[in-house]
Amino acid sequence: MALTTPDSGPLALPPGERTVENPLGLFARPRTKTGWRSWVSTVDHKKIGIMYGAAAMFFFLIGGIEALIIRLQLAAPDGKLVSADLYNQLFTMHGTTMVFLVVMPIGAAFMNYLIPLQVGARDVAFPRLNAFGFWSFLCGGIVLNSAWLLGGGADGGWFNYAPNNGVTYSPTHGIDFWNMGLLITGIASLTGAINLIVTCLNMRAPGMTLMKMPVFTWMGLVTQFLLLFAIPVLTAAQFLLMFDRLFNANFFRVESGADPLLWENLFWIFGHPEVYIMILPAFGVVSEVIPVFSRKPIFGYQFMVFSGIAIGFMGWGVWAHHMFVSGIGPISVAAFSVSTMFIAVPTGVKILNWLATMWGGKLRLTTAMLFAIGLVGMFTIGGLSGVTHAVAPSDTQQTDTYYIVAHFHYVLFGGAFLGFLGGMYFWWPKAFGYMLHEGFGKLHFWLILIGFNLTFGPMHILGLQGMPRRTYTYKDGYGFNFWNMVSTIGAFTIAASMLIFAFNILYSWRKAKAAKLSVPADPWDGRSLEWMVASPTPAHNFDEIPVVRTLDDFWHRKYGENEAGKLVRIAATEDVIQDGSNTDVHLPSPSYWPLVLAAGLPFIAWGLIFNLWLCVLGGAMVIAALYGWVMEPSVDDEAPHDHGDDHDGGDHGDDEAAAEIEDAEPSGEAEEALVD
Amino acid sequence: MTEIGLTPAEAQAAALEQASGARIAATEADGHITSTGLTNEKLGMWVFLGSECLLFGGLISTYLLYKHNNQAGGPLPHELYDIPFTSISSFVLLMSSLTMVLAVGAAARGDGPKLRTWLLTTALLGSVFISGQVYEFQSFVKEGMGFTTNSASSAFYTLTGFHGVHVTVGIIMLISVAVLSWRGRIPKERAESVEIVGLYWHFVDVVWIIIFTVVYLIK
Repeated sequence: MALTTPDSGPLALPPGERTVENPLGLFARPRTKTGWRSWVSTVDHKKIGIMYGAAAMFFFLIGGIEALIIRLQLAAPDGKLVSADLYNQLFTMHGTTMVFLVVMPIGAAFMNYLIPLQVGARDVAFPRLNAFGFWSFLCGGIVLNSAWLLGGGADGGWFNYAPNNGVTYSPTHGIDFWNMGLLITGIASLTGAINLIVTCLNMRAPGMTLMKMPVFTWMGLVTQFLLLFAIPVLTAAQFLLMFDRLFNANFFRVESGADPLLWENLFWIFGHPEVYIMILPAFGVVSEVIPVFSRKPIFGYQFMVFSGIAIGFMGWGVWAHHMFVSGIGPISVAAFSVSTMFIAVPTGVKILNWLATMWGGKLRLTTAMLFAIGLVGMFTIGGLSGVTHAVAPSDTQQTDTYYIVAHFHYVLFGGAFLGFLGGMYFWWPKAFGYMLHEGFGKLHFWLILIGFNLTFGPMHILGLQGMPRRTYTYKDGYGFNFWNMVSTIGAFTIAASMLIFAFNILYSWRKAKAAKLSVPADPWDGRSLEWMVASPTPAHNFDEIPVVRTLDDFWHRKYGENEAGKLVRIAATEDVIQDGSNTDVHLPSPSYWPLVLAAGLPFIAWGLIFNLWLCVLGGAMVIAALYGWVMEPSVDDEAPHDHGDDHDGGDHGDDEAAAEIEDAEPSGEAEEALVD
Repeated sequence: MTEIGLTPAEAQAAALEQASGARIAATEADGHITSTGLTNEKLGMWVFLGSECLLFGGLISTYLLYKHNNQAGGPLPHELYDIPFTSISSFVLLMSSLTMVLAVGAAARGDGPKLRTWLLTTALLGSVFISGQVYEFQSFVKEGMGFTTNSASSAFYTLTGFHGVHVTVGIIMLISVAVLSWRGRIPKERAESVEIVGLYWHFVDVVWIIIFTVVYLIK
């Protein structure tokens, strides 16, 4: 039986050695499979994915309330709802929350849940590291938002430009919380990136070559590589800022002759890849949804994959287009102008391929499909306004106006967020075992589409009229009144549509529970491997690891071509799915250590801000958790399991086939997989 | 197997059909299959080290930007460098890579005593390097260049300090592995754990070669 993890990881106990019952005398190894303990100790990539999604929606509520307060303040001229200082904190925390605690973790939720399923694995490469990633993301979010209770949030914008981010200009602790919180979520991103890259490269099912991976998984892989290389740059910048603010270093203090452009460069070297970190997973979601509801394979699979990789590479060469007005010189401006226009090409390829996939397809306009089409439309508008920023003379007029705000909300809300909502409608039955109501879903879609365009469309006009960003109020008679009111109405329309979404979740769940409805494994007639397993996904994912022969392997198990080249069904769906009945699988055992390790980090953060003794407490937790973790085998031999003891007897055809493939091809070259 | 409509024979045929393109994985000693043939742990360490490059890249760039910047007063780092002293401590750190290789070799042979000897030697050489760094920092502070003196000094201490912390973490890992080996937990078939620690150690050494060249030798 193929194990999810080898029971002899390099530093774990040898197989058969008894687990220490209470490592470090703290607590027994968790064994429960239900209740809250099963969630806090889980190492299951599906539960972790769901927790990422739930936490992100919670932070969406916080960030959304901040946005609504901003829109109420700006609804009419001379708004008096909040002070200028509080307004600065609100837009800073709104931006930071939406980027780091909403869009990124929703992407992480989808990638955690789906990548192992789509490559045909039973879990990620490092299940406990995955749990640690989630908990440190949550702890980072808590540290960031604890600022509201401990003296006020960060107030320098989500990018916190120097020298405004120094203690001279921002004397409260807000930016320290911002700094510490994002350093901790950075740890989450780094561990997540290592985990999912290794999963994609190393844990694919037999026959699943790189060029047979679904587009979502490919976009996830590119995203994780971007995270891997972008996050440490932000981490370096944030350490410098921390040393400046807490230990009087001289990195960003202009009075000591420091160069404020250092922060701006480091931040945007991270910040521009970050843009693609947020949008590529949503591109992946749409690339899965559109083929299924068009009943056609994705148009130009290779082009889709390579344009994603091209975006990943070129995303590193465009950062200074955020800095056209900072005086970087004509050569830099020209070079970054050109590279920014150029990056629109692979993005345009993707738009074209989605349209070509739908062209001539047998469209089913489900809620998920509507959201996917919504992304294609709204992202195109945002992408086009982005190209106008690439033209440096035009950009110098637009910089720091509402035109920029309109642009990035069209790509991040109209692009990433709509795509993710579509993904939720699409994969909801797979994750939770019930369908979301389509009627309410479509209402949700139309309301959010109208609300979104009402909110952010007028901002183009306001920006071109000259309304500056980050301004807490405006005077009557500037001509800003009407469109600001429209925008505020739109914002509340979005809020109403999200309430409908919440109601839909509850309503559909109640209905499914009352009628004892169960969802088939493959409700949408899907194409990729996750539709092959029962809904909701059983803990062990696959009863037998499938042998993959083609792209969209699951589809080709159901459908073939007749002599005339027409699509014909060759097998009933019930015959090709797995019913989740195999209980003969060893899974990595739950553990509390990832949670303990992550829980130590906020104490270190608060300690650095308030009192170094707290750091001692946090550091002790971290060290104890690290050693507890290393000494604990990833598979608990003592765990009561519901499977037979004869593991060898549990071997099935696919595993034998896998072994035979090895015999046939004992070694291969990584290059071959790329060429294939 | 029948559930998914494949007999072993069909599966094998499918496998052979794509055998040219598919690289299905070597098998490790414990029978765990991976797609690349590398273990997850080793691949994970390589990926992590890729990320570390960018962390040090950011810090080295910061130093290069500020190395002549003492507008806040005080001496510049390169006015104070004691190149012969740092060369010796650099040599000590480089030699620790050699002893690390010997440790990895001993682990692969399952030679516990030699493994522990070389691991502890590596840790000792690393500690000598760190002691040298502490001494160097102290003498710089005495000569009037503290962490907060000017932008150049902040950048210097941050870059070399980050490297020093990495070496220290490496020393802790080496001692931990030595203790595990002493308790019989690094048998021959798990020699890879030593190799993974070795990867980290060599990386930290390579970073020092860059720092020594860029920071100390180039004016």
